[in-house]
Amino acid sequence: MNTQEIVTVTNLTKRYGDFTAVDNISFSIRRGEIVGLLGPNGAGKTTTINMMIGLARPSAGSIFINGLDVVKNPKKAQAVIGIVPDESNLYGEMDGFDNLCFCGALYGMTKAAREKRARELLDQFDLTKAGKRPFRAYSKGMRRKLTIAAGIIHEPEILFLDEPTTGIDVESARQIRRLLLDLKGRGTTIFITTHYIEEAERVCDRIAFIVDGRIVARGTVSELMESITHGHTLRLAVDTDLTPFVEKLQARFGDCGVELQSSNAITLTCKERIPLSPILQYLDGMGVSVFEVRELRPTLEDVFVKITGIEAARLRKEKEKGGLGR
Amino acid sequence: MKTWIAFWNILKKDVRNYYLKPPNISWGIIFPLSWTLMQMLRSYGGVNLAEIRNLLPGLISMSVLFGTTSMLAVTITFERRGRSFERLLLAPISLSAMVAAKLSGAILFGIFNAFVPVIFAAFFVDLAGINWGAVLLAVFLIAVTSTLLGLMIAVSAKEVFEAQTFSNFFRFPMLFLCGLFIPISSLPVFLRPLSFLLPLTYGTDLLNRWILGASMMSPALSIVILLGFAAALFALCQYNIQRKWIL
Ligand SMILES: Nc1ncnc2c1ncn2[C@@H]1O[C@H](COP(=O)(O)OP(=O)(O)O)[C@@H](O)[C@H]1O
Ligand SMILES: [Mg+2]
Repeated sequence: MNTQEIVTVTNLTKRYGDFTAVDNISFSIRRGEIVGLLGPNGAGKTTTINMMIGLARPSAGSIFINGLDVVKNPKKAQAVIGIVPDESNLYGEMDGFDNLCFCGALYGMTKAAREKRARELLDQFDLTKAGKRPFRAYSKGMRRKLTIAAGIIHEPEILFLDEPTTGIDVESARQIRRLLLDLKGRGTTIFITTHYIEEAERVCDRIAFIVDGRIVARGTVSELMESITHGHTLRLAVDTDLTPFVEKLQARFGDCGVELQSSNAITLTCKERIPLSPILQYLDGMGVSVFEVRELRPTLEDVFVKITGIEAARLRKEKEKGGLGR
Repeated sequence: MKTWIAFWNILKKDVRNYYLKPPNISWGIIFPLSWTLMQMLRSYGGVNLAEIRNLLPGLISMSVLFGTTSMLAVTITFERRGRSFERLLLAPISLSAMVAAKLSGAILFGIFNAFVPVIFAAFFVDLAGINWGAVLLAVFLIAVTSTLLGLMIAVSAKEVFEAQTFSNFFRFPMLFLCGLFIPISSLPVFLRPLSFLLPLTYGTDLLNRWILGASMMSPALSIVILLGFAAALFALCQYNIQRKWIL
C-alpha cells in the first residue's frame, strides 16, 4: 500500500434490496489532493460518501481512513474527517455563530477555541453579520457556506463534500471553489462529489466517473483527456491558401498527420508534443505567415460523453434539476 | 474530556432549543395542574384539599410520564426530519454517550415536571415527614425509564405526528395500568400481568411507599427492577438505532 494514501476504498458495494446503488468500486486518495467523484443524479455518489463517513453500512468491501477501518471503527475515523452533506443540516432555530460553536463542541473543542474559530470562519465566508441571525433565515448560498464552515471548524485532515455547489448562486459557488483550493494549499485532503464537469476539471487533481454505481473511468484531467485522443493536435491559422502545401508539409513532417481544415487552416497531429519552431520556420521559408497556433484539446465534457455514453445535455439537465430541487 | 464537552453541549442545546420553550414549560405546568384538580373532583365529589396528599404519587408519576415520553420522541423525530440528527450520529463520540446526552435533557424536564404537583400540593397540605431524597430517586428512575420508552417510540416513528400518536398510544393505557389512580389490586385479573410488565408500576409503587408509607413491594426490589428496565431499554434503543439509523 502506498504510504501516501490516506483513504483506501476496496470493492465497496451497497445494495438496497435487489438494487445495487454502488457496485464494487475501488479507489484511493493521497494525502493533500482533491479527488472528485463525477456522475449524474442517482449514480451512487451520496451513497458512496455516506459509507465512507460511517453513515451507511457497506454490503461488501472495505474503507480505510488514516489506517482506521471505518466499517469496524467509525467513531475513531470520524474524529479526523469533516463532512459537508448535500443538504444543509444545521439547526434552523439557532443563529450562525451558535451553530458553528455547537458543531465545534461535538468534536470536543473548548469554548474559547470554538468561539475563536467560529468568528474567523464567519469572517472568511462574509457571514459575520448573518452570524447573529437564525439559520432558517439564510439564503441557499449562505446556508451552504455555513454548512461548509461547520464541516471545517475542527480543522479536519480530510474533508468530504457532497455536491457543495449544486443549486446555489454563482458568486457563492466561486467562493466555495476558492476555499477548496485554499484548504488544499494548507494540506487538507478533499473528496468531493459533483455533477458539474467544469467544477471537477477546475478543482480536482484526480477524477473518477461514476455511472450506475460503477466507476467507468479515472485519472487526472489530462490522463482522462489522453484516454480519448491519440496524441497532440496543433491548429495553425495562416494568411495564404494552404491547399498546395499539404503534401509538402506531410513529407517534411512525416511523424505527423497533416489535415487541411479550411483553405487557410491546417491541423498537425502527433504522438509526441510538437515543437513549434521547425514548423514556423518552414512555413516562413515558403512565404506563409502564421497568425495563430492553438493546441486542440478535448474538453473533459467530451471525455465524459465518450466514456459514459451519457449526453452532456442530459447531465446539464440534471444540473438544472439539482438547482431547482433541494 | 472531549466526550464530556460534546455531551454537555448536546444537553445544553436541547434544553435551550426545546425544553425551555414557553409552550413546553406551560404544558409542563398546566397539564399536571389540571389533572390534579380533575382527580380531586372525581375522587371526592368536591375539592377536598386535605386529600391531595393521597393523589400525589399518581400525579407525580403522570407528570413525569407525560413530560418525558413525547418530548424526546418529538424532538428526535424533528431533528431526524431536518437531518440535523445526522450531525450527532457523525460526531466522534460513542453512540451511547450521544444517546445519553439526548436522554438527559428529557430526564431533567421530567424531573422538573414532577415537582409541579408537589409545589401545588405544598400550598394546601402539610408535606412534612416525607423523605424528599427518596422521592427524588423514585422520580429519577421513573423519568429514566419513561424517557427510554420515548426513545423507543422515536426510533420507530418517521414523522413528528407519528411520534405523538405512538406516545399517546402507550401512555394513556399506562395511566390506568400502573396504579397511578386505580390500585392495581382493583384492576381486572387478566390485566394485572400487563401492569407488572410496565416500569411505571414499580416507580409509582416507590412513590406510594415514600409519600404514603404503603407499597406492594419492597423498595429495594422495585429499584432493582427499575434499574433492570433502564439497562435493558438502553441496550435495546442502542441496538435499534444502530440497525435503523445507520442504513
Ligand atoms: N435508502 C435507500 N433505499 C433505496 N434506494 C436508495 C437509498 N438511497 C439511495 N438509493 C438509490 O441509490 C441510487 C444512488 O443514489 P445516490 O447515492 O443518492 O445518488 P447520487 O448522490 O449520485 O445522486 C439511486 O438510484 C437511489 O434511488
Ligand atoms: Mg447525491
